[in-house]
Amino acid sequence: MKNLLAARLTWPVVALAALLLLNFVLQPNFFSIRVQDGHLYGSLIDIVRNGAPTVLVALGMTLVIATRGLDLSVGSIVAIAGAVACSILASSGSEANVPVVIVAVAAALAAALVLGAWNGFLVAVVGIPPIVATLILMTAGRGLALLITQGQIVTVSSAAYRVIGAGFALGLPVSILIAAVIYAAAALLTRKTALGMLIDAVGVNPIASRIAGVPVKGINWSVYAFSGLCAGVAGLMISSNVTAADSNSAGLWIELDAILAVVIGGTPVGGGRFSLSGTLVGAFIIQTLTATAYTAGIAPGVMLVLKAIVVAAVCVMQAPRVRSRAQRRVPSRPRAGVRS
Amino acid sequence: MPAATPVVEMRDVTVTFPGVRALDGVDFRMFPGEVHSLMGENGAGKSTLVKALTGALRPDSGSIAVDGRPLEQASPRKSQALGVSTVYQDTNLLPTLSVTENIMLGRESRWGPFIDRSATQARARALLKELALDIDPAAELGELPFALQQLVAVARAIGIDAKVLVLDEPTASLDGDEVADLFRVIRHLKRRGTAILFVSHFLDQVYEIADRLTVLRDGALVGEYRTDDILRIELVHKMIGPQYAAIEDVAPVDFSQQFAGDSGPVVEAVGLGRRGRVAPFDFVAREGEVVGIAGLLGSGRTEVARLLSAVDRPDTGRLRVSGAGRRVRTPRTALRHRIVYASENRQNEGIIESFSVRDNILIALQADRGWYRPISRRRQEELATSYIQALNIRPADPDAVVRDLSGGNQQKVLLARWLAIAPRLLILDEPTRGIDIGTKAEVQRLVNDLAANGMAVVFISAELDEVLRLSTRIVVMRDREMMADIANDGASSGKVLTMIAGGGAP
Repeated sequence: MKNLLAARLTWPVVALAALLLLNFVLQPNFFSIRVQDGHLYGSLIDIVRNGAPTVLVALGMTLVIATRGLDLSVGSIVAIAGAVACSILASSGSEANVPVVIVAVAAALAAALVLGAWNGFLVAVVGIPPIVATLILMTAGRGLALLITQGQIVTVSSAAYRVIGAGFALGLPVSILIAAVIYAAAALLTRKTALGMLIDAVGVNPIASRIAGVPVKGINWSVYAFSGLCAGVAGLMISSNVTAADSNSAGLWIELDAILAVVIGGTPVGGGRFSLSGTLVGAFIIQTLTATAYTAGIAPGVMLVLKAIVVAAVCVMQAPRVRSRAQRRVPSRPRAGVRS
Repeated sequence: MPAATPVVEMRDVTVTFPGVRALDGVDFRMFPGEVHSLMGENGAGKSTLVKALTGALRPDSGSIAVDGRPLEQASPRKSQALGVSTVYQDTNLLPTLSVTENIMLGRESRWGPFIDRSATQARARALLKELALDIDPAAELGELPFALQQLVAVARAIGIDAKVLVLDEPTASLDGDEVADLFRVIRHLKRRGTAILFVSHFLDQVYEIADRLTVLRDGALVGEYRTDDILRIELVHKMIGPQYAAIEDVAPVDFSQQFAGDSGPVVEAVGLGRRGRVAPFDFVAREGEVVGIAGLLGSGRTEVARLLSAVDRPDTGRLRVSGAGRRVRTPRTALRHRIVYASENRQNEGIIESFSVRDNILIALQADRGWYRPISRRRQEELATSYIQALNIRPADPDAVVRDLSGGNQQKVLLARWLAIAPRLLILDEPTRGIDIGTKAEVQRLVNDLAANGMAVVFISAELDEVLRLSTRIVVMRDREMMADIANDGASSGKVLTMIAGGGAP
């Protein structure tokens, strides 16, 4: 029991279970999943599908936060990726053409990767604090997206493009599959190679890591590039789902949801020891909360308060002090003073 | 000259941190109108004593009195109310405010609820004039050179009607003329009757300005002396101390083994230097050689090590590494050429504190192999277990979190990390500081064995004994300059000590 209380995943999982239970009470058919035309439908599927972009953005954010960083620009990158893809499709004249869609998607992802690398350059090479460095693109990015779409909402009707955000494969929404594949790949890459260990080391102690030969700059650079790429995929999903690039509202505030998901998931904001599974649970908590508010008919304003309460509760539960209390252990001993 | 009654009296003050006794029953006193210097090496307890006096920490036992009034339930505010004012090394001022605002912040002249700007400015001006400082009170502080900012900090400190002024390493980043300015102000304050605590590791400056010295070593009081009565060489002796002379009895080391092969150079430095840190120097490290670097804290010994290992970038000179095609500019490339820097700062620059012992040992090796070539789980266990055994790391558990280990065992974990990448040049900066005598002997034995097997070792220690015991060659540092590079012929103790102290007789 003690270990259970101490494990950092415990409280987020309890919170998620409680939320799901609440939904079940409000709406008894909440857990039912039905098959229609070989596709799965149901509230749970909807939550996961709508949450896919947030999950991806939070994935990138987890690695950024693990290196003591922060990426505020993901919402703007979402908008830019959508704008690039939809503009190419709309101006091609043959948007139903699969090769054209592939070009549009590749261009959007390349743009997202370049923007992420730009953030990484500012942080790792120029040495600007992450919150400021990514704020630049957060503010300028939407303007950039509007420039690309020439201030319009660009609508597309390509069936092939629509598959990304609204299609089905193997009975499941394609966006869920995409997110799952990327998430699994990231988990494998970080935990089956030494990448996760090196990222952790940079977050826990960047100076000691540098002296130990860890490529601190390269890692910092890469996590921002990866975060940009994740936001790019999320941007494709969102614009594909609504068959339009809306530069003003696509991905608006998604950085906050992503940061919350990471924090709820137990990755320390001060860097180090990141938890990809924690972030996944965190993202689902946020998505379920949003869905709950819709089904319960809660006004959006009240909904924000609810969100705040849940987040605050989970964070308090995770505070080291509370966790050590829960274990009824002696509070952690004070740090040894440095004398000289 | 000093009044009969001291203005500061600390009696039997003891301060403990978990695992260490930072101050052990220390007596300390200061007289009005005197400059008092606190001397000691790293870990001697200087900072702790200053913090106890300024109320930044509360002693476990003992009494502190300022001007006859006791400092109880100490806090910085209470200490200040008793008349103790402090200027810290990195002046705690507000660079975007004016000189006046910085001096008078919190005690401005008031007109009802409003600040009377002109009266405040007039008071600041008077204060600056009293110190004979030609500084415009309306200037923005950040626009002034650093030395003047520091003098503004002094003006702020004495503005609080200070009886005792604490200057913590005030000259660390000043050049010669600026030091002279500061000393002029200090002498002026002396005449006013202020007691000044001058903490500095520059011996020349201490001998120029201080009337009285208190020497601490390992948290204990060594003694209080009048500056005129103690020779530099005696002072250095007292600071460094022969405290570990008995180590040979505890753990003898067999020094008969020597490296038999050809001593080819591993690293050559030509005119390597960094402004404000260490003057340009030449240096060669050869296989099978232990080069000891002797010198006091702040003499530049650490800076030499950091330049040799490319941890810091030099302004001048070159670092040539045998076998390296391109210039070595980062610790990562230095490590690729098997040049290792083991920092003196284990907490901040050594251990990855929330990592396991295993991961701490393997991180450098893994970083060198690249992230895409993970060390297999089985190999990790083998490596960690063999180093834990070889270096006798306690607890012998590769999964233990390194934060929970004692200082000596953390040091062994770090040694294991560096040995795991098979270094050609191992630079050890204070590897035995703060660890118990047994571990210390183990480290010394290890250094000796490694060199006998052909590794080049640079060994830095504040303890001259240790340097003399281990080194085949000794480099002496003083005031950020390399003074000498001599063979250790067994009879050089006096010579080295003289060079460390410098200046001859006071």
